[in-house]
Amino acid sequence: MIKMTIEELHLHYGEFHALKGIHMNIPANEVTALIGPSGCGKSTLLKSLNRMNDLVEGCRITGSVRLDGQDIYGNMDVNDLRRRVGMVFQKPNPFPMSVFDNVAYGPRTHGTRNKRKLEEIVEKALRQAAIWDEVKDRLHKSAMGLSGGQQQRLCIARALAVEPEVLLMDESTSALDPISTGRIEDLILELKKQYTIVMVTHNMQQALRISDNTAFFLLGDMVEMDKTQKLFTMPGDKRTEDYITGRFG
Amino acid sequence: MRNRFDRQLEQLHEDLVHMGGLCKNAIGEALVAATQGDTEMAQKAMEDDAKIDDMERSIERQCLNLLLQQQPVARDLRTISSALKMISDMERIGDQATDIAEIARFLQNRHETTNETLHTMGGAASSMVGQAVDSFVRRDIELARKVIADDDVVDSLFDHVKEQLIGFIAKNPGQGAYYLDLLMIAKYLERIADHATNIAEWVVFSITGTHEG
Repeated sequence: MIKMTIEELHLHYGEFHALKGIHMNIPANEVTALIGPSGCGKSTLLKSLNRMNDLVEGCRITGSVRLDGQDIYGNMDVNDLRRRVGMVFQKPNPFPMSVFDNVAYGPRTHGTRNKRKLEEIVEKALRQAAIWDEVKDRLHKSAMGLSGGQQQRLCIARALAVEPEVLLMDESTSALDPISTGRIEDLILELKKQYTIVMVTHNMQQALRISDNTAFFLLGDMVEMDKTQKLFTMPGDKRTEDYITGRFG
Repeated sequence: MRNRFDRQLEQLHEDLVHMGGLCKNAIGEALVAATQGDTEMAQKAMEDDAKIDDMERSIERQCLNLLLQQQPVARDLRTISSALKMISDMERIGDQATDIAEIARFLQNRHETTNETLHTMGGAASSMVGQAVDSFVRRDIELARKVIADDDVVDSLFDHVKEQLIGFIAKNPGQGAYYLDLLMIAKYLERIADHATNIAEWVVFSITGTHEG
């Protein structure tokens, strides 16, 4: 089943043509990795999936991005879109408040006030993000005291607390040590049963380990998208081969 | 880009060619030993087999290091994994050359009409080994396919030798053990050609990403 469909998506930052007519289907309950050299447009595409680029001055977008068939650039409420399509960034960015309040922030914003209900949501999200056991005794202490890996899992819990359908991850493990990275990779494999995940990564081995599909981007074009195993063993395009084997340029 | 990696891959190619050359030498020496009763050549074949074993270990180490350090994908991964499989076949070729050399020591310089066919078989098998390794290094899929096709030639030569020997045994049952030794030699040569075919099949895989046949 296809969760998101991108058609003829062009994006300009002022004069700069950052995405050049992207066509892409993102399958539900699978992990799709976006790879490519810096500046190729992969993070820009990721941000287009929950309209984070709307905040960028001079950004123009044409074409369509549909979530379950509904155009997200049509008359969909942006807050509703961002609840359904959550995002986790490269560096963990917990709010300077308690662990509990970090996770409860989203549900509160979306109108959940009942204390017991919030406690349920927070525990569920922290369990899903595989960090509950580490923070259950310090829920009301500042999130800033957690390690980098714990902070990133907390940010994942915060994204999950509003029960999104799609999770966007922008190099979400690049600032973490191998143990924390391993935990988050395990977590992604667990989460895909319930969510659709799109991740940007510079780590080829990570894309190989955890993604089902990989799309290769270059200079604003999507060169090819295929099953990850296929793309990394027998890529269809020489540019992909040159990039993944480190002979690009 | 990736200069060191490319140099390591070149070294791997050079070592494979060297190992392939040792295999060809061992086959040639074993064959001379078997058909001309030259025990010195039998000894040389065995010495080359020992070198082939050393090369297998050395290339295996190189491949494992490349997998570990370079984490190859796509064509590089296929090249290195094919090389790892190919050296097992080459090691077996060395063993079979030694097997022929060991039999040669018991043949006591006897000559038969079979020798000519054995020579043809040995030449064909040896050339298949050389071409299989060349096709890998040059990424020449047509040459690899030729090696695969040539296996049928060696198979029919084996059938021919077998028929000749059955005839000899019928005429001269007292020499049965000797003729069976010759049959063993023919069988080892036929197996060497099979290993060369395996190597060529890995070459096709390393180029196309799929196994043919």
